[in-house]
Amino acid sequence: MTSLRLFFDPLAPAGLWLGGAFFLLLLLLPYWGGSYVMTVATTVFYLALIGQSWNLMLGFAGLLSIGHALFVGIGAYTAAYLFAAIGLPPIVGVLPAVGLAVLMGLLIGYLGFRFAIGGVYFALLTIAFAEFVRVMIDHASWLGATEGFFLKVTEADRHSVDLVNLRGTPEMYYYLIMALALGALVLCRYLLHSRLGYYWQAIRDDAEAADALGVDVLRYKMYAVAISAGMAGVAGVFYAFYQNSLFPEIVFNIERSIEATLGSIVGGVGTLFGPIFGTFILTPLGEIVTEAIDLLKHWQVIDPETRLDGLKLLIWGFIVVLIVLFKPRGLWPWVCGRLRLIRTEAES
Amino acid sequence: MDFWTLTNAVASGLLIGLVYGLSALGLSVIFGVIRIVNFAHGEIMVMGMFFALVMFRWLGMDPLLSVPLAAGLMFVFGYVLQRVVVSRVSHLPEHMQFLLLAALAIMIVSALLLIFGPDAQGVEVDYAWESFAFGELIIDYPKMFAAIAAVIVASLLLAFFKYTTTGKAIRACADNRMGAQVVGLNVDRLYALTFGIGAACLGAAGAIILLLFEVHPYLAPGYTLLAFVIVIIGGLGSLFGALVGGILIGVSEAIAAILFQPSMKTAFSFGLLILVLLLRPQGLLGKAAR
Repeated sequence: MTSLRLFFDPLAPAGLWLGGAFFLLLLLLPYWGGSYVMTVATTVFYLALIGQSWNLMLGFAGLLSIGHALFVGIGAYTAAYLFAAIGLPPIVGVLPAVGLAVLMGLLIGYLGFRFAIGGVYFALLTIAFAEFVRVMIDHASWLGATEGFFLKVTEADRHSVDLVNLRGTPEMYYYLIMALALGALVLCRYLLHSRLGYYWQAIRDDAEAADALGVDVLRYKMYAVAISAGMAGVAGVFYAFYQNSLFPEIVFNIERSIEATLGSIVGGVGTLFGPIFGTFILTPLGEIVTEAIDLLKHWQVIDPETRLDGLKLLIWGFIVVLIVLFKPRGLWPWVCGRLRLIRTEAES
Repeated sequence: MDFWTLTNAVASGLLIGLVYGLSALGLSVIFGVIRIVNFAHGEIMVMGMFFALVMFRWLGMDPLLSVPLAAGLMFVFGYVLQRVVVSRVSHLPEHMQFLLLAALAIMIVSALLLIFGPDAQGVEVDYAWESFAFGELIIDYPKMFAAIAAVIVASLLLAFFKYTTTGKAIRACADNRMGAQVVGLNVDRLYALTFGIGAACLGAAGAIILLLFEVHPYLAPGYTLLAFVIVIIGGLGSLFGALVGGILIGVSEAIAAILFQPSMKTAFSFGLLILVLLLRPQGLLGKAAR
């Protein structure tokens, strides 16, 4: 506990105990939650991982990406293709997958930053690349094009635990993505308080001033994009082997990119725990809305025949609007202040 | 590919491009003045399309006749949206504004989905299949009427900004917000007017484009992206640039459709966008980067 407190220094005793209890609850989740709860929890950690990666770019270095699905998708397709084509196990395939995602990030970053394309333009550049790659894969028959790219799963696979080939029980996927998301959290904590992290924050707050003080702005921005893209690529590899099917319309959909940003913004951009906290609120919330609708239909309060496809997203969107309007710094700083989870405002 | 195939493609691309241009104009007006990227762009346009669809179904109104009504309705929508919601986030960082509008966009798509369902629906006007020919150049009536309507609306808008006092006041806000406030302009009201005008462009463009394409809720994000591409190519904030960008994208998509495959056309536009960002990041008609 002491070393933990040293690492996440601002955590107050209340935060430490609450966090610890929550962590224990999650660790034991396969023993108390059913398969449904586990699916939701797996999604939460998966989105938290992507959120952490997105937050690193915007919250730490001030670079807004609205095409993050691109890096996830590249990671997913690379690892899946190498596995299907030459049988490369994903534990090795993650390297080229992350490599390609990083390369793509560097390319976009270089194009954007070399010409000092800032703010909105850079954001639009990320989304343009995401769409470009989506249409390209739509036409790449060797990647299944619009028909989708599938990975074979046998019934035996579902009962084994094979981390090398990422084949196994839902529990394995759950613990794996949990470890990855927590790993991302630790990495971000480490980076935030490293020399690199301080450079990023200087660039985020005032790029010109940072430049004047001798910070190589272009270089450190590139590092931010590269690390962020790499993390998203890892998430993509997980996605590919968890879902076993990849469709460009789904993987590269603009909604995926928006999804990547939601958790962090709701939780609090630039905070360490914001992304994970935000996804822990949003994803279950969406599920609760779906369940509530089903229940109302079951009790005949609303006609079961009515099609309510859009209702969940409608409510979700409304909640996001409320948060932006009334808690624009995110919920995590607010909850922290309320429950005295952290000792000072030190956590930036 | 022979000469006439190409000419036909270019002509049809040009006509559709004018409608695209009108839609992009809506984005450009809002960004140029309020400095907010309207992420609900395509969604507002699709609302205009659905409005025209309803008018056609109920009253048998030609979508072109719905144009003023759709523009008026969307004007009110945009005005209220800016007044009640968007104005509250003007002091927040860019990504919060983006999130707010993205969330609004999601809400609009979901609401449309609840009301109209996911299927594509269109209108069938009497002149849908009529056309006229110059030599081997064949021009469909719907495309031509759509383009004419788009040009009329766009000209009205440009004239409004050039000649009316309100238009000049809005331009003053765009040039220098503080200065506009100092000389006594009601900036908040002018911003709301601007958002309304931008949304009105989209309503008009939506009603017009219903003549050419069928509508369904998921069309919206595609139109948003298309407008982004057009506006960046033309130069963010440049009104004339939006029209030029629209034509350029319309024509290049048409050519890409006959050179490669129709479904490849978006990749072509995005390729063009990346090229423009590389060679002239401020856009073709934009001022030097700030």
